[in-house]
Amino acid sequence: MTVPVSITVNGERYDREVEPRLLLVHFLREVIGSTGTKVGCDTSQCGACTVLLDGISLKSCTALAVQADGAEVTTIEGLAAGDALHPLQDAFWEKHGLQCGFCTPGMIMASHELLRVTADPSDAQIRHGLEGNMCRCTGYQNIVRAVRQAAGTTAGQR
Amino acid sequence: MSTRIFGSGIRRREDPRLITGSATYTDDLTLPRMVHAAMLRSPHAHARVTSIDTGKAAAAPGVVAVYTHADTEGGLQPAPCAWLLPDSDLKIASYHCLAKDVVRYVGDIVAVVVAQSRYQAEDALELIDVGYEPLPAVTDPEAAAAEGAPRLHDEIAGNQAFHWKVAGGDVDAAFAGADVVVKDRIIQQRLIPNAMEPRAALASYVGATGELTVWNTTQNPHIVRFLTSLVMGLSEDKIRVIAPEVGGGFGSKIAAYPADFLTMFCSRKLGRPVKWTETRSENYQATTHGRDHVQQVELAAKQDGTLLGLRCTVHAGMGAYLSTAAPGIPTILHGLMLSGVYTLPAVHEDVYGVYTNGTPVEAYRGAGRPEATFMLERMMDVLAARLDMDPADVRRKNLIPKFDDGHDVVTSLTYDSGDYPGALDKVLSHADYSGLRARQKAGPVNGTYTGLGLATYVEICGLGPSQVAGAIGFQGGLWESAIVRFHPSGKVHVFIGASPHGQGEETTFAQIVGSELGVDPQDVKVFHGDTDNTPMGWGTYGSRTTAVGGAALALTARKIRDKAKVIAAHLLEAAVEDMDYEDGKFFVKGAPDQHKTIGDIALMANVAWNMPKGVEAGLEASTFYDPPNFTFPFGAHLAVVEVDAETGAVTLKRYVALDDCGPQINPVIVEGQVHGGVVQGVGQALWEEAVYDEGGQLVTGSMLDYALPRADLLPDIEVLSTVTPSPHHPLGVKGIGEAGTIASTAAVYNAVMDALRPLGVTSVRMPLTPERVWQAIQDARQAKG
Repeated sequence: MTVPVSITVNGERYDREVEPRLLLVHFLREVIGSTGTKVGCDTSQCGACTVLLDGISLKSCTALAVQADGAEVTTIEGLAAGDALHPLQDAFWEKHGLQCGFCTPGMIMASHELLRVTADPSDAQIRHGLEGNMCRCTGYQNIVRAVRQAAGTTAGQR
Repeated sequence: MSTRIFGSGIRRREDPRLITGSATYTDDLTLPRMVHAAMLRSPHAHARVTSIDTGKAAAAPGVVAVYTHADTEGGLQPAPCAWLLPDSDLKIASYHCLAKDVVRYVGDIVAVVVAQSRYQAEDALELIDVGYEPLPAVTDPEAAAAEGAPRLHDEIAGNQAFHWKVAGGDVDAAFAGADVVVKDRIIQQRLIPNAMEPRAALASYVGATGELTVWNTTQNPHIVRFLTSLVMGLSEDKIRVIAPEVGGGFGSKIAAYPADFLTMFCSRKLGRPVKWTETRSENYQATTHGRDHVQQVELAAKQDGTLLGLRCTVHAGMGAYLSTAAPGIPTILHGLMLSGVYTLPAVHEDVYGVYTNGTPVEAYRGAGRPEATFMLERMMDVLAARLDMDPADVRRKNLIPKFDDGHDVVTSLTYDSGDYPGALDKVLSHADYSGLRARQKAGPVNGTYTGLGLATYVEICGLGPSQVAGAIGFQGGLWESAIVRFHPSGKVHVFIGASPHGQGEETTFAQIVGSELGVDPQDVKVFHGDTDNTPMGWGTYGSRTTAVGGAALALTARKIRDKAKVIAAHLLEAAVEDMDYEDGKFFVKGAPDQHKTIGDIALMANVAWNMPKGVEAGLEASTFYDPPNFTFPFGAHLAVVEVDAETGAVTLKRYVALDDCGPQINPVIVEGQVHGGVVQGVGQALWEEAVYDEGGQLVTGSMLDYALPRADLLPDIEVLSTVTPSPHHPLGVKGIGEAGTIASTAAVYNAVMDALRPLGVTSVRMPLTPERVWQAIQDARQAKG
């Protein structure tokens, strides 16, 4: 059995027939081929699949595609404005906030949420805000630096 | 060498694709006609397989094929072990890609399903009916070696995979003449590496050409190709292995795995591309684990703290089968490092590699060296406590003095260069160690005890001379290779045999070329991870990529410079001996204004309109670099912790890491490696452990149950360095990938024990969870009465 969904991803509308059990992250990766969003676990711990659903962050492995019917999803691929990097992307690059890059899409989207809710967070607030996103490479320190740098911009509003 | 480029913390060249979601990891790939594989894994730690009924699964929607062991007979050899440890009575059990008759750990593969979609493949797994007759299981390495333990492999007595020894000096005399002997039993708990990218393979076999292409999450595609040729019975020239973007490895992507070979097998059988990606649960069950030592250790010393000898017995859990490089990890990479940074006159270690009903154990960041460093550094603190000396003083008393070019230690290694006292002193003064000690002496505040923990370490990197590789049974070479190609525009392509997966060599290697040849690193593109398009190389592990591959690249760049100088001399109508070179410019000595740039030479060499007689067209060179010795990075770390005696909770308050990896090509990248490495070691000390229950079930089977370091649990790490070049490396560099992990577990553990000393606690099993610390405090109080 399949059901129709209409989900707008990074400004583009996708009308598809999907199984009701299909996870949103698999809709993104397998159905429309938007593979920037990653799957790092199967228990919703790692946060690699974090996206924005109508502007609010969501671990896209915790939602079904049908729950996103009619919604707007923003993924890492939709964050930059053309060739101009989003301030968070630029800050992660500048501060060496990534190594293997696998957690990075989710980490950046979670940071986006953090700055949306708390425009100018302390280091402790950043660390607390990112506790749901796992990184095995960086020890988080440069991720904290990156978010702190981006906090001085309008990162959470864009 | 241009200091502008070498040593500059430039932004990484690999990042634009990673921060925009445009990088392509194995699971991101899709090929025409591709189908999906899923593995049915044993739910038992040890059982006889009495029957398998795949009928219902084969008939399920979307299912293309179901295979069990019988289908692979003749088409698939067992997954090989490639480190044949000599003089150790090594016994290798067959690691069948699909279990034959008996399963030996939770995660052993019993069947594979191929279907049109991953969901369909996983649905069909549930329809396979397997009859199991459970057998007794054992997961503790000491228990598995004991008499009467369940036997894993009929042909292997005592579950003993190997017995390896290292000995130097007269250890019996050392203990006989000692004023003091301290002993401890150390459990190096089993760890799960947790690279963020789960493992995956995409295999495409084309029957018409007989060629197999495999995209694989590997740290060493050339080794995977070599092993694939053995397992699949294809010649190497028909196999192409590509490591696309790889999301971390930490040792867990060294091995060539049964699931990877099965994916290839399915593709060959079906004549179409097959993709398999593990779930995180599968990763926990079946991707290699790390550590798992039980160590009995004795240290002999004089009353003044001078070391006399070290004696130890290690039972190393290897899991149910020997993974690709497994035998070398608790032996060569562990036992040979037991002198550490100290003058140690005598050592004797017996290492028993033991089969257990657990996931195979492999290299995990540090790979043998954290287990050696922890052993030694823990015993230094135990000795200090016994002698009532400060741990820093006991270390100082025994540190090998500064040396620049070779120092022999009792385990037969020759360290390249080191300044261990300098490293320790810098850390102590940066942290105001004496001030911290003074404040600690004031006693606990509101039931909170402060502890200071030191770890001084040296590690063996830059693996290694191939002659040594042969002598220690490594079934391959350990050289690295590089090709440097200048295009007419002066832009550069570099091809390397190593296979970075997050470490940043696309940037640091561009900096090497940039500094050697005066080109902008932005104009240097580094290619790696494709066996068809890069020269042979042995992979990225053991902090060897810069230490060995970087040397290959530097020497290649120097060959280019030599050729360019000949061409420049011809163009400037001068003798080659009269030429000088600086920052990418070639000129007649004393006349730098009239010069040819490396770009000018690249253009001329490529069009070849006016070349010197006998000089070939093109500006390209290659090097196969086989190092004359290993490199030996070193350092000193200090942890400051607080322990709440009421709850047992440990808080890491400060962490100071000094690592000397020689000259730093990119200090920002070095610092990042230290951060990540330290945190992984802290994770072992405080949070991480793979736990099996008595029946061999993996209790910590998901990220819910296995406690990974999180952002909110950590302080900022204070990173220091000294620079002691390796005398034998063309750039003096040594390697930094594992340093943090090697030192930090011991530093944090020592700090917690230091905090607990006033409470009478002398030993707590890692990880130091609040429950364990609290219990140890209660036990010590009761013992005191």
